[in-house]
Amino acid sequence: MISKKWVASCFTFLLAIGFVLSGCGNTAQTGGGAASAPAGSPAASSAPSGTTAAGGGFALDDIKKRGKLVVGVKYDTKLFGLKNPTGGEVEGFDVDMAKALAKEILGDEKKIELKEVTSKTRIPMLENKEIDMIIATMTITDERKKQVEFSDVYFKAGQSLLVKKGSPIKGIADIKKGTKVLAVKGSTSVINIKAKSPDATILEFDNYQDAFSALKAGQGDTLTTDNAILYGMMAQDKNYEVVGEPFTDEPYGIAMKKGETALQSTVNEALKKLQSNGEYKKIYEKWIGQSPS
Amino acid sequence: MPDFSIFTDYFPIYMKGFGNTIVASIIALIGSFVLGTIIAVFRISSVKLLNWIGTAFVEFIRNIPLLLVVFVFFYGLPSVGVTLSGFVCGTVGLTVYTASFIAEAIRAGIMSVPRGQTEAAQATGLTYIQTMRYVVLPQAVKIVIPPLSNQFLNLVKNSSVLGVFAGFDLMYFGDQIASETYATFDTYVIVALLYLVLTLPLSYMALRLERKLAQTG
Amino acid sequence: MDILHAFSPDNIRFIFEGFYMTLKVALISIVLSFVVGCIAGTIRYTRLPVISPILGVLVELLRNLPLLLIIFFARFALPDVGIKLGVVNSAIVALTLFEGAMIAEIVRSGLNSIDKGQIEAARSSGLSYMQTLWHIVLPQGLRRMVPPLVSQFISLLKDTSLAVVISLGELMHHAKIVIGQSYSYTIPILLLVAVLYFLVNYALSLAARRLETRLV
Repeated sequence: MISKKWVASCFTFLLAIGFVLSGCGNTAQTGGGAASAPAGSPAASSAPSGTTAAGGGFALDDIKKRGKLVVGVKYDTKLFGLKNPTGGEVEGFDVDMAKALAKEILGDEKKIELKEVTSKTRIPMLENKEIDMIIATMTITDERKKQVEFSDVYFKAGQSLLVKKGSPIKGIADIKKGTKVLAVKGSTSVINIKAKSPDATILEFDNYQDAFSALKAGQGDTLTTDNAILYGMMAQDKNYEVVGEPFTDEPYGIAMKKGETALQSTVNEALKKLQSNGEYKKIYEKWIGQSPS
Repeated sequence: MPDFSIFTDYFPIYMKGFGNTIVASIIALIGSFVLGTIIAVFRISSVKLLNWIGTAFVEFIRNIPLLLVVFVFFYGLPSVGVTLSGFVCGTVGLTVYTASFIAEAIRAGIMSVPRGQTEAAQATGLTYIQTMRYVVLPQAVKIVIPPLSNQFLNLVKNSSVLGVFAGFDLMYFGDQIASETYATFDTYVIVALLYLVLTLPLSYMALRLERKLAQTG
Repeated sequence: MDILHAFSPDNIRFIFEGFYMTLKVALISIVLSFVVGCIAGTIRYTRLPVISPILGVLVELLRNLPLLLIIFFARFALPDVGIKLGVVNSAIVALTLFEGAMIAEIVRSGLNSIDKGQIEAARSSGLSYMQTLWHIVLPQGLRRMVPPLVSQFISLLKDTSLAVVISLGELMHHAKIVIGQSYSYTIPILLLVAVLYFLVNYALSLAARRLETRLV
């Protein structure tokens, strides 16, 4: 019989369990655990008959056959990949790099299709072959090398902090227990900040736009990610500034599906060419405003 | 077969999310019931202003997404100086949103009680509030329980919206774990199972309640 | 509150592009989920052996899970078992499955609510099971289902907003991009978005009320 007393005691019991459970458990743990080989990642590729360039994989052939390079870029990151409501174009450093690669590989920078990725969706989309490569402020890490092939470094960034002008936070040392730090799910910034400031409260969002909106709404004290992205945010809103020295190294690489070594070498060749013929410097200065170091 | 090491490695985090989902759901459940009852009473009140407030509330909130409601609390409220955490915004949004549906269900229940009863009660000297409390509402409750239990089931499912606003609930942590480990299938299966632990019993209880009420008529 | 710049022609157009996507995805999902739900609900009502119990488990499973989870699952977890869906398709599949399960229950209980006496009378006057179903039960059942069905469709339209988490370019997503330009745009844009949702859903419920009075 479902009596009122029964229902009430059930609720109280559940509420008690709820409080107990939410009390325990340590949010700082997520980053540390290097999980066992993720179930979804492709096994070491066995691409036999490769292609022309040194290495294996079919992606390069597919791209040439298709006549179009499909690249995953950010749509919410000023300076690297930002969708402009006026006109609907996506613009940024990564976008221009993608176009330059299309020119090198296919001969025409217009033979390109851009798709939106976030830190969370980029690798799944690459593995599904929805995109040929990722050029989306992606840091090269050993962990990620297990999942994808990276090109050579094409941009050197470092993790840093963004705060509202006038904030008492001046650097990583000021992040203490109770400080609310905003970051994006699936980014290396999350793992790093949890390691460097384990007592801080980290709030994770789906993309940088949401995180920045949260910062603007005062839902956090600071936002942490690569300084390059933070400079973009500074450009969008003069009330915010980057503080402190970069406290990690974030070398960006272009990611390709694991096993696509032919594509990888082609991309690296293209990158070297862009460096030597000055194209890279032009793109860099256009977006970053300084010469590449 | 899901790889359960994901579960064991991250067990404390799953539990923390699970716990927060329960807490948020129960708070919203109680809150929306209280708020819903108040709004329902407003809607049937003869005071034009209260009537208008109740109707406006229900019609507006019912027709916009829950996501939007929480979005307004989380990103919009700070512009008038009120900054609430993701958990609070989510829970409050959940309460307000569910209340609009509960208000409608309760109103239907109240209207189903014959007017004669209200008139008789007031004729014997009971005030309006007393009439509501002792005569009308208890009878209305019987009609109201099936749609109400349905709404509570929805509430638990809707609590997942906290995941979008850093609400530290089951959805949030599940998402976080999936993003970091890339074991998406396994993680989401575990999250699904944990939600079912909450929703299936609720579903079953709602079914039994409906059957029982249908019998006593 | 910077209303003037928030409502620039480009921004408004961008918002409406998102709205268009919302309507498109919603419409496709409404039609598909209605078909799926009717079929599943009718089968559940007829208690066909084997199919009905299996459908029952599926329906209960889908009905009791958060739609947000189903959307994530369709987009990010299914590829792990070989089913790869793009953004728009994942949204449609997730919405169709979830709302389809809800509609299956509405259909089933709607059909169940038809007085057994009618069925007995029909059968005893010589109509076959299928004829009874088609001519007596379904028409009356459908009439009763209109309010909860419309309510479900309105739900579906609102739930398209959840697909923002898989980067579907619908109304909420585009609103976020516009708001991203300046915090002062937040309130005006959110108000516009709320009004758009409200108008569509209120219109739907009015249309439903009119439909109901015509059918009764």
